[in-house]
Amino acid sequence: MREMICICCPMGCRLMVDDSDLADVKVSGNTCPRGAKYGKEEVVCPKRMVTSVVRVEGGDVAMLSVKTKDAIEKSKIFDALDALKGVSVNAPVKIGDVVVKDVLGTGVDFIATKNVSAR
Amino acid sequence: MSKKNLIIIGGGPAGLAAAKSAYDAGERDILILEREDKLGGILNQCIHNGFGLHTFKEELTGPEYASRYIDQVKERGIEYKLGTTVLSIDKNKRVTCANEKDGLQIYEAKAIILACGCRERPRGAINIAGCRAAGIFSAGTAQKLINIDGYMPGKEVVILGSGDIGLIMARRMTFQGAKVKAVVELMPYSSGLNRNIVQCLNDFDIPLMFSHTVVEIKGKGRVSSVVIAQVDAKLNPIKGTEQEIKCDTLLLSVGLLPENELSKMADVNLSPVTGGAVVDDDMMTQTDGIFACGNVLHVHDLVDFVSEESEWAGKRAAAYIKGEKASGESVAIEAKDGVRYVVPQFVHREGEGNLKLKMRVGNVFKNVRLCVVCDGGEVYSKKCMIVTPGEMETITLNEKQTRALKNSKQAVVCLKAVEK
Repeated sequence: MREMICICCPMGCRLMVDDSDLADVKVSGNTCPRGAKYGKEEVVCPKRMVTSVVRVEGGDVAMLSVKTKDAIEKSKIFDALDALKGVSVNAPVKIGDVVVKDVLGTGVDFIATKNVSAR
Repeated sequence: MSKKNLIIIGGGPAGLAAAKSAYDAGERDILILEREDKLGGILNQCIHNGFGLHTFKEELTGPEYASRYIDQVKERGIEYKLGTTVLSIDKNKRVTCANEKDGLQIYEAKAIILACGCRERPRGAINIAGCRAAGIFSAGTAQKLINIDGYMPGKEVVILGSGDIGLIMARRMTFQGAKVKAVVELMPYSSGLNRNIVQCLNDFDIPLMFSHTVVEIKGKGRVSSVVIAQVDAKLNPIKGTEQEIKCDTLLLSVGLLPENELSKMADVNLSPVTGGAVVDDDMMTQTDGIFACGNVLHVHDLVDFVSEESEWAGKRAAAYIKGEKASGESVAIEAKDGVRYVVPQFVHREGEGNLKLKMRVGNVFKNVRLCVVCDGGEVYSKKCMIVTPGEMETITLNEKQTRALKNSKQAVVCLKAVEK
């Protein structure tokens, strides 16, 4: 049995996760279905959304904020961040534009989270 | 002097939501004044995810959340001025502002909505002894340097305070290659959200030291170390518990203060507890026609609640301009027995509908009931497994409960034990 705090939303529900059988993980203490999913994933294969910034050339701001379109495996966070090193994009950029495609072969893209106009 | 029906001071989440809903309530003569060169306020530098779950039912980053409201304001053609600093307001709702293009401008408004957000408590306010070396930043300043300007403020970091910005910055600095050696918290609990402790500290094995504080900052030119010590129940450092941590950077995340310099000029009555205005259930301050919402009113935990509160303020300001203002008697709502404050502080006797009360507690309490007591009788009660000072609590009273409160002589919000 593992006790954990759900991070799906700021409610921070306290979950009790029965991980004695990884094929049949039981979650209690959650107040929504996302909590049950998180509790299960957290013991089987923990995932996180990764957010950071990259340089933008010719824009009205210096930095473009980005995120992984979906959560990626927690163990790959720093490799994913390394994939952003030296990346620079040209303005204009729109929210949702792909910045790095298929990060580390996860099938997940880094996408822009800010609209940047050309200077 | 030009005339405007509604002037909104601040183009962050509060100002944008207020403008949108005032427009939707029929008001067309609106002007948003924003000091920065972009709309969106602090959200522009909050690049992490977790925003919008309540409002949009999806998890957005700060800039994405801001863009949703910016789009709605632009679609409606609401007028806004960027790079414009409001220099003063008065109780006659005269607004003096300045920008590079127009120079000094004076507006006469029928209503003003204060949506100017809050500021970080600085080093000077917490009296840390030691040198004045470079490398001491508020957490929000460090966040702006990294996320907006693209500069890295340091390599080896100690963070004082476990508020949300401090926690978020612990992860952010780690992501950018810094080593965060510790997050030091004066209180025996964190004022940040649980999810941030899990996601930002536990994930990266960053130690969180409760009941500790920084007692000295060392360094010549640049910070070279900080001395931390354990504190006793009265929050005084305990001699002999000092330990020195080598670092080049100290981030301060030691609380947020509503930004009410302008409010004071208009004789707006402020609450010593929230640091923001005293308001009624229309979000109107005790200065006629001046409304307040968002972090200038009281510091929120979630932007979703800022938007919700501000939409209500915008709607009520629009009604006020049409002459539909609540008048006459009101009942004061008192915060007691563990509840530190309640917003609004006053509720008008007239008017129908549901009433939302927002509050924070003064300590961590487990298995309690959050109650609204009117003239000695319990009108509302909600069981809570845990309440903490870091998380804002909201109570929504239905029409019947609201009526009971409006009719009462004495209304109290308090915590009570759960009877076994």
